[in-house]
Amino acid sequence: MLRYAHFRVFTEDFMQRATAAGAECHLLAGVAGLASRIETLLTGCGVADSQGRLAVWAAGPVENLGHEAAALVSFPGLRLGAMRESAANALVGITAAGWGVAQTGTLILDSSDAAQRLASTLPEIHIALLWANRIVPSLGEALARMDPRRAPFIAAITGPSRTADIERVLTIGVHGPKRLIILIVQEGAKGDTQQ
Amino acid sequence: MSDFEKSIGEALADPVLSDSLTRFSEAYRTSRARAYEGIDFEAVRGQIAGRKAHAARNLDALAERFTQQAQAAGAKVTRVASPLDACAYVLAVARQSGARVVVKSKSMASEEIHLNATLEKAGIEVSETDLGEWIIQLAHERPSHMVLPAIHKTRGQVAGLFSRETNEELSDDIPALVAVARRELRAKFLSADIGITGANIAVAETGSLVLLTNEGNARLVTTLPRTHIAIVGLEKLVERYDDILPIITALPRSATGQLITSYVSIITGAVENTDGTPKDLHIILLDNRRTEMAADPVFNEALQCIRCGSCLNVCPVFRLVGGHVFGKVYTGGIGAILTAWFDALEESRDIQSLCIQCGTCKDFCPGSIDIPGLIREVRDRVTQREGLPFLQRAAYAVVNNRKMFHAALRAASIAQKPVAGGGFIRHLPFALSPMTEGRSLPAIAAIPFRDRFPEIGQPACTETAIFYSGCLIDFVYPETGASVVKVLNHAGVRVVFPMDQTCCGAPARYGGSPEAAAEAAKANIKALTNRPAESIVSACPTCTAALKLDFPELMKKFGTAEEQEQARVIADKTHDFSTLVQRLAAEGRVKFKENAPGPGATSYHDSCHLKRTLGVVNEPRQLLASAGYEIREMAEADTCCGMGGAYSLKVPAVARGVLDRKLSNIKAAGAPEVSTDCPGCLLQIRGGCDAAGLDFEVRHTADRIADRLD
Repeated sequence: MLRYAHFRVFTEDFMQRATAAGAECHLLAGVAGLASRIETLLTGCGVADSQGRLAVWAAGPVENLGHEAAALVSFPGLRLGAMRESAANALVGITAAGWGVAQTGTLILDSSDAAQRLASTLPEIHIALLWANRIVPSLGEALARMDPRRAPFIAAITGPSRTADIERVLTIGVHGPKRLIILIVQEGAKGDTQQ
Repeated sequence: MSDFEKSIGEALADPVLSDSLTRFSEAYRTSRARAYEGIDFEAVRGQIAGRKAHAARNLDALAERFTQQAQAAGAKVTRVASPLDACAYVLAVARQSGARVVVKSKSMASEEIHLNATLEKAGIEVSETDLGEWIIQLAHERPSHMVLPAIHKTRGQVAGLFSRETNEELSDDIPALVAVARRELRAKFLSADIGITGANIAVAETGSLVLLTNEGNARLVTTLPRTHIAIVGLEKLVERYDDILPIITALPRSATGQLITSYVSIITGAVENTDGTPKDLHIILLDNRRTEMAADPVFNEALQCIRCGSCLNVCPVFRLVGGHVFGKVYTGGIGAILTAWFDALEESRDIQSLCIQCGTCKDFCPGSIDIPGLIREVRDRVTQREGLPFLQRAAYAVVNNRKMFHAALRAASIAQKPVAGGGFIRHLPFALSPMTEGRSLPAIAAIPFRDRFPEIGQPACTETAIFYSGCLIDFVYPETGASVVKVLNHAGVRVVFPMDQTCCGAPARYGGSPEAAAEAAKANIKALTNRPAESIVSACPTCTAALKLDFPELMKKFGTAEEQEQARVIADKTHDFSTLVQRLAAEGRVKFKENAPGPGATSYHDSCHLKRTLGVVNEPRQLLASAGYEIREMAEADTCCGMGGAYSLKVPAVARGVLDRKLSNIKAAGAPEVSTDCPGCLLQIRGGCDAAGLDFEVRHTADRIADRLD
């Protein structure tokens, strides 16, 4: 069992690498306040109840939020679950990451449900929740925790979509999200912790 | 002039191409080094080479296991022998499902089978979705670089292509152009019936496909259409799930200097479609002579390639001419090898001739592939099948007859008089003129070293070394031979010079004729054997490499048991000049002038064979520094000067481009003098300076050391 001090180092490394890869990282002390933080983000992104400005929340993370979820679901323009049409018309997609990799700032997501992929590929902004106690030092350790036979679509995501195909000029958001916002929650996570 | 020579000329004259490639190759070295910080590259590539070699030895078993696993997870897997079979399968799937629109993410295997043309002919709309590939598709071209397919296109050209496609007047603002691609291709993603991808890795143990992209297009291609077809070369197979780690550690770092690509997707079987149905997943395992390659004792190594393109990025030739000239579907060094197999041996005849054999790519290859060695093997097999051109064959015959060869050189020394002046030949007439464009050739010395040697009075010494001069020092730079003797005598080493020594055979070896090289090796083995001497020294790294490495290898194939043993003894005793003298200096046997004014600053050019074949980097620098020289490093000190033995005669325009680059790095270093350990580099750089009117003093390390002896 790794000690809390390790998680802090991993979290710092993760944030540094993810930021270097073009992601925006926000650190939250606990689940309390997560809903209002998401609301603030959604408002800031310009999410509203109209075509092209929706936010889709792929199934999964809501359950982890417990009573916090209730406050969020009434946010105008937020749709729970991501369908092909809603995701194609959404400005923001929200998913939860299974693991984070400190070494590279990478999120590891079990994207076997199509909704997870829709919410993290089609909208211009991807908001990902990551529990700090799920940040591991290396890519190898993260992959070792995934079983491809149980998770038929494993996605590793590092920063926003990028290209340098025109004159080698780095340009963000060619096919996938232009912004990747990672909310790292330090305490109060449910589910399994690191071995 | 052949079509190929014409295409070289056009590529060299294209400023966009060589500028972008050169700027990329410079930035690449830095970003790659940074990306590998904290990672043991040798260990990682050892793992990749080991696991991929293991896979290559067990291709059939792995293909079978992969098929079982992927099928158990809901995929349909088929193994096809030829590109035609692969295309036919894709067409059948498309017809069965009534597909009209196909989106693709970047796949070299699909380029290899020329899939787009097949689909278009069948009336199916195909769109590449990788931005670079889409640009190339709109331009009706093929990729000029494996990882950066449109690197030869400017933003203005892209704006033109996109404007035509969209019927809009688009500006050349890059973010705006990328936004246009996003908009246009998004509509295609959403309407496509089939998504086609390749795979970077296929895992036999789990039946998984691994896909790396930065743009995220592979995620959309595999998510939105209901059918996914993956075309996977058999060499993409690895045995175990954890084999992917070293590959995804190296691939982005070696390809573009990134720690990781934005997206890595691991797809196992028929994943869920957006309507909840399982994906109609077809995996095509493409052979196209890969099993034949795996059975080849030499070329099986090429299956360790992970398609990172680093052999393109570090190649001094590729950055001048690009992939349209240096390659077909697969480009650069590895392209020269793969073309010989996936297309046909003769298709690689011209392409492989562009390799200057500098060996840089070998140091960078994350699959530990001896790319220059395999290219030499392609060269050998081309000449085996087609025979050597008459002139080349005649030349090797002359070189291998020492008396005739040396008589010819002596005759040339007299015959050159009308064209030689100040030690250089500046212009040659008619067909020979490209040899002196941008580079003066040295005049052949009036008195070769072999005639001077008996006149040198040597002091009493405690040990003996055989001097193997090589042709250039013997007939062009005899003064360097005299310097070698002077330095060794100073350190108490007597020098013997066997008169029967002859050409080391390197021209034949690098020219595709190992048999002729073996003949030369045998003559030299005879000349160098049974002489009482502690060591053999050469001031030519190419000769040193021949004696140390090539002779034993050639004798294994062409020699008797006795010759093999003699070659081994010679190899053990052979040293390059700087390594031997640095050792003598460390023993306190070389004393330099101390009171005289310092000799000033010199830049140092690493010869390809000294640095990469023999692994000698620090010795000449230490030696020059102890002799009082201030070393001012030039940029890309270890990048080839463009000599490459006979290369500069065969592909003079490219060699000149490589040389120009070296000269500008020499200028930028700001030292008035240039030092090198190789008489071939000396010839090239001196000739270049003379032709460009630059007055750098370019000299062999041995001459500089001889000057500074106390």
